[in-house]
Amino acid sequence: MLRASGIHYHAGKKQILKNVSAEFHAGEFNMILGPNGSGKSTFLKIFSGELAASEGIIQYDEKELRKIPRETQARSRAVMSQHPELSFPLTVEEVVMMGRYPHFDFAPAKKDRQIVEEVMGKMDLINFRERNYLSLSGGEKQRVQFARVLTQIWERPEKGIRYLMLDEPLSSLDISYQHEFLRMAETFLGKDTVIIAIIHDINLAIQYAHRLFFLKDGELVAQGKPSQVLNEELLLHIFSIKARILPNPLNGSPLILFDR
Amino acid sequence: MLRNNKWFFIISLVLLGLILILAIAFGAVSISISEMGSAIMHYFQGKAPASIHEGVFLQLRLPRVLLCAVTGAILAVSGVLMQGLFRNPIVEPGLAGTSAGAAFGASFIFVMGPKISPAIKEMTGPFLVPIFAFAGGLLATYLVYSLAKNASRISIMSLLLVGIAINAVALSGTGFMTYIARDPQARSITFWNLGTFAGASWLQVWITSAVAAIIFALSFRYSKQLNALLLGEEEASYLGVDTKKLKTRIMILNTAMVSVATAFVGVIGFMGLIVPHILRLILGSDNKKLLPAAIIVGALLMVLADMGARLLLAPAEMPIGILTSLVGAPIFIILLKKFNILGQKGGYNA
Repeated sequence: MLRASGIHYHAGKKQILKNVSAEFHAGEFNMILGPNGSGKSTFLKIFSGELAASEGIIQYDEKELRKIPRETQARSRAVMSQHPELSFPLTVEEVVMMGRYPHFDFAPAKKDRQIVEEVMGKMDLINFRERNYLSLSGGEKQRVQFARVLTQIWERPEKGIRYLMLDEPLSSLDISYQHEFLRMAETFLGKDTVIIAIIHDINLAIQYAHRLFFLKDGELVAQGKPSQVLNEELLLHIFSIKARILPNPLNGSPLILFDR
Repeated sequence: MLRNNKWFFIISLVLLGLILILAIAFGAVSISISEMGSAIMHYFQGKAPASIHEGVFLQLRLPRVLLCAVTGAILAVSGVLMQGLFRNPIVEPGLAGTSAGAAFGASFIFVMGPKISPAIKEMTGPFLVPIFAFAGGLLATYLVYSLAKNASRISIMSLLLVGIAINAVALSGTGFMTYIARDPQARSITFWNLGTFAGASWLQVWITSAVAAIIFALSFRYSKQLNALLLGEEEASYLGVDTKKLKTRIMILNTAMVSVATAFVGVIGFMGLIVPHILRLILGSDNKKLLPAAIIVGALLMVLADMGARLLLAPAEMPIGILTSLVGAPIFIILLKKFNILGQKGGYNA
């Protein structure tokens, strides 16, 4: 379990997060939603260890995050951030292999190569192996980055928990790859895996999430199972736009329509 | 990008060997292979050189070509390191103020040292100059970074602009030293701004090689972390890299080796730009390949350039810095164009 307790974050005088507490359980697909500027990415950066909270504590599996060495964190926690800014020519394989960096010293071991191979196969990247990363389209780059992130924590840990964190992983993907990504992440789940994703498409979130977390103006406004937490007032409050909730004709789960 | 890197390394090593032999053979005096052989034999037998040619080979040509090779390797590796650090292919030690600052430090102690105390020149001449060069290089580099920093981020644009200013200050400092120097000194100072290998000595070769060997070895250890940094600082830290520590270490190592080289041969611009540019086209940007390749190709191109500097105006000699800038500046412009300039890509969170 990943636990955030009483997280505050200030940037200068501006308070970006106000007393946010949340528990992300292993075996659940946790998704964070909220309007632009609500503090989602900042929250992710704090519980992933990239930013230090002004106040509050992050615990990974009951251990305080800042007491876990950076290298140890990197072996069990992978993060896909919004805008990787690689601007040098590297092959797709070289980029995916970077995910194994926390696991070897100088040269990749046989196991590292096998994992890279396996992930590239699962992500349809085998034919891209020698391609220059810079020559890829936005969606293809995102697939490569996702492969790199999965590679980092591919093996299930012998003990403890692995953490997969995704900050808007779907932004440049077509519909079929959006589902592909989320299904791929789903196969990762288990009692040893915590997954947390920031997602914009609420209907997509409903289809995969076990638990939704809504942020607005730096506060955690609501959380819970999609079927329980969602209601029209909440959506109006959070997104400031009128919504209607219907049963999805395909599977009966909630389907949200926004009025113009 | 090349699939089979093994051949690249084999071919470039063979070429380097050939160019080294050619560079030793040709010059104001030509030296045959057999003369080289017998000079080396006589040296190891402890005998005096048998001819003037052998003397020229041992005392002038060989140290010069070797110093040249080591300096080329240093500048090329420095280019790779700095570009990795800034995630931008248009950074090099000449542009970031390091070389000019080092040249000022060197010329400062060279001129002022004897004025402060005559003992300085006698006792620690060859060591004090690189130490002051390092101090000057470090100061200039630090000034560039801290002045270019804007809200804890250094954009490439501001780095280059501040670099221009600091380079100008350092250059005029060196100019001032030239101006107040006594006449025979003055001649040897001008070279710090233009770059030349004409004064190469064995002591310089040993010092530079020792520094280079240590720093290259340390840089290799960081190649994986430098690769991770290419993804961005955030991604690198998610991969377990302490980016702050990495940046400080690379910066100091880099400044140290560039300063030592500059102390002995002056400012040689654009080598740190040309070599990595060529290598990235052939090998891609994996630092594990780039760093060793930069050593070989940097040495190769510098020896070639020095041969050009010696032979183009023979029997007179041209400062090598003029030649490298002539070739390097257009490549710099091409890179500026190609990367659709400045602001957008790369940068540096300080």
